[in-house]
Amino acid sequence: MAKGDPGGTTRSRRAAPRSKKGAAGDPALVQLLTPEGERIDSATGPDGTEYRVDFTDEEYRGLYRDLVLVRKLDAEATALQRQGELGLWASLLGQEAAQVGSGRALRTQDMAFPTYREHGVLYCRGIDPIMPLGLFRGVDQGGWDPNEFKFNMYTIVIGAQTLHATGYAMGITIDGKTGTDDGEAAIAYFGDGATSQGDVNEAFVWASVFNAPLVFFCQNNQYAISEPLERQTRVPLYQRAAGFGFPGVRVDGNDVLATYAVTRTALDNARLGQGPSLIEAYTYRMGAHTTSDDPTRYRIASEVEAWQAKDPIARVKAFLEKQQIADAGFFAEVDEQARRESVHLRERVLEMPNPEPVTMFDHVYPNGSPLLDEQRAKFSRYMESFEGSAH
Amino acid sequence: MATETLTLGKALNTGLRRALENDPKVIIMGEDVGKLGGVFRITDGLQKDFGDQRVIDTPLAESGIIGTAVGLAIRGYRPICEIQFDGFVYPAYDQIVSQVAKMHYRSGGRLSIPMVIRIPFGGGIGAVEHHSESPEAYFAHTAGLKVVTCSNPQDAYVMIQQAIASDDPIVFLEPKRRYWEKGQVDLDAPLSDAYPLHSARVVRPGTDVTVLAYGPMVRTCLEAATAAAEDGRELEVIDLRSLSPLDLTAAYESVKRTGRAVVVHEAPSNIGLGAELAARITEECFYSLESPVLRVTGFDIPYPAARVEEEFLPDLDRVLDAVDRTFGW
Repeated sequence: MAKGDPGGTTRSRRAAPRSKKGAAGDPALVQLLTPEGERIDSATGPDGTEYRVDFTDEEYRGLYRDLVLVRKLDAEATALQRQGELGLWASLLGQEAAQVGSGRALRTQDMAFPTYREHGVLYCRGIDPIMPLGLFRGVDQGGWDPNEFKFNMYTIVIGAQTLHATGYAMGITIDGKTGTDDGEAAIAYFGDGATSQGDVNEAFVWASVFNAPLVFFCQNNQYAISEPLERQTRVPLYQRAAGFGFPGVRVDGNDVLATYAVTRTALDNARLGQGPSLIEAYTYRMGAHTTSDDPTRYRIASEVEAWQAKDPIARVKAFLEKQQIADAGFFAEVDEQARRESVHLRERVLEMPNPEPVTMFDHVYPNGSPLLDEQRAKFSRYMESFEGSAH
Repeated sequence: MATETLTLGKALNTGLRRALENDPKVIIMGEDVGKLGGVFRITDGLQKDFGDQRVIDTPLAESGIIGTAVGLAIRGYRPICEIQFDGFVYPAYDQIVSQVAKMHYRSGGRLSIPMVIRIPFGGGIGAVEHHSESPEAYFAHTAGLKVVTCSNPQDAYVMIQQAIASDDPIVFLEPKRRYWEKGQVDLDAPLSDAYPLHSARVVRPGTDVTVLAYGPMVRTCLEAATAAAEDGRELEVIDLRSLSPLDLTAAYESVKRTGRAVVVHEAPSNIGLGAELAARITEECFYSLESPVLRVTGFDIPYPAARVEEEFLPDLDRVLDAVDRTFGW
């Protein structure tokens, strides 16, 4: 799918909340594509906002391609970790639609602040998917230019980036870059566990009182490592927004179309100067928290199976088939591209050199430090003292 | 030369005003920094003249102040964050240590966080708890941060502007009990010619004992030097100014002449700046030392109730006592 402005959303507010067809048992969930691949024409959020998408066939196929590619690359990274080529990997398995839907909803000028699991958003921003593998292999700490791609570095301290996103969005306002269709907005990614963090709650306060052009995008994947949602909250997360004074909406995070529509609307509201909002993308972490985790210790197989039936990719495929938007040749071609790109990724990871030890002294300070220079020089002399020896 | 007599607080205020005038990307954020001008009035009048988008009254959340300032810095701003009191900085500690300090490093040099974190620090004003602390070691220990402190109005005026102009994240410690002390300030000298920010300075030459101090203790040590001179002992007093990185060139040269060194700070001694200074001086000046490097510091207790803080804080007599003890070896 091309960058820029694929498809479109309708932004309209209605007096009374109205949901044409919510997910079973959850009328609040915005959904445009059922797990069975049935298209829903439009859905209404809790504040009456109506959501719909109007993609071309090419754009639908593009979204499918994104989903398959990010899943395949993610699987390759997990395999690389299992083979000892990465120190760790935080898989996005199950969250592809939440990430591709929101990632593609970003306009070129929008700035994203990710956690450490947003490989799908990173892909949508046009960043080489090998970049986060450097971090997890341990050869660097993230190799892309945040300003070039409008995608900040991964943030591992839970929730810290929501404040960075808020400040960045305040800067958008100070720069006078809101109030028009081509204004700027920011998006902060975080998870259900992060909603318990002080920083996230402070970010909610700040974004609200400064009317920051910011979308809080919470991927509720139901677990913070081992702790279920019930340990973080007693109210649906999207409802927390009301207490801070901005709208909240829960979207089917396994539905790429609904996620796109909800995110695009929230970003456009923000860029127009209507302030922040919270999106709770209701999804499920199908894999482990990271490769160091063992989810069988804290969740049951039937729960995982139930979510397997809501797979974000299978429903798009079913839709494309039913609507005859794509044929077997297309699916085979996408699979082949994914295979090719994952092989390429693997080859490049294996070729990633270890950094020269002395480079650990680089970039501590923009202006340097004489004490550090001295330490670096001593370290270099020490290392040189081994030259020519057997060890 | 247009010198004016200013208090240290007013010198900071004037330096901040200059920075706001000279660079539209400079913004000030903090609690009560707007209409009130800060609880110590260091930002007095600045919001009125520069507007509430450049001098921002923030919600009461220190982590929020620093965290949002990180985002503003990523967008190209140069935030100056005021933490109202030393003891209130800890809610922001994670953002300072894990985010501000590491952003340049983590990004492989692609991002810089040109932030100044102003913290009134130290005791001596009869305050309630959490208002008199000396947290410099926490920050000086953190790679990626620089830490400076001023001891007089002239330095306050220049150093705050140098810190703002620097691309490094800098914790700027202000000796709150010296806010009201007056001194001559040269308002016209160009910043480019000023004494370097991260350089220590000999503030009183002497021949017998080297005394190292910074911030509020510099004046205490100068008074001790005056008293010592009456007894025929000449103390060389060095104002360290930069606590990270430390500039000990002058200190080494001095100790090699005097053979004796006393380090003075309000912060508790255990694992404090004094320990680092003593270790470095010992490494560099071992054969010149006539006695161990001695420390005169606050005690290893939480900051005590105000009615006993005079006994907690190093004063002239405790400095002189340590000077005497260096002659006991």
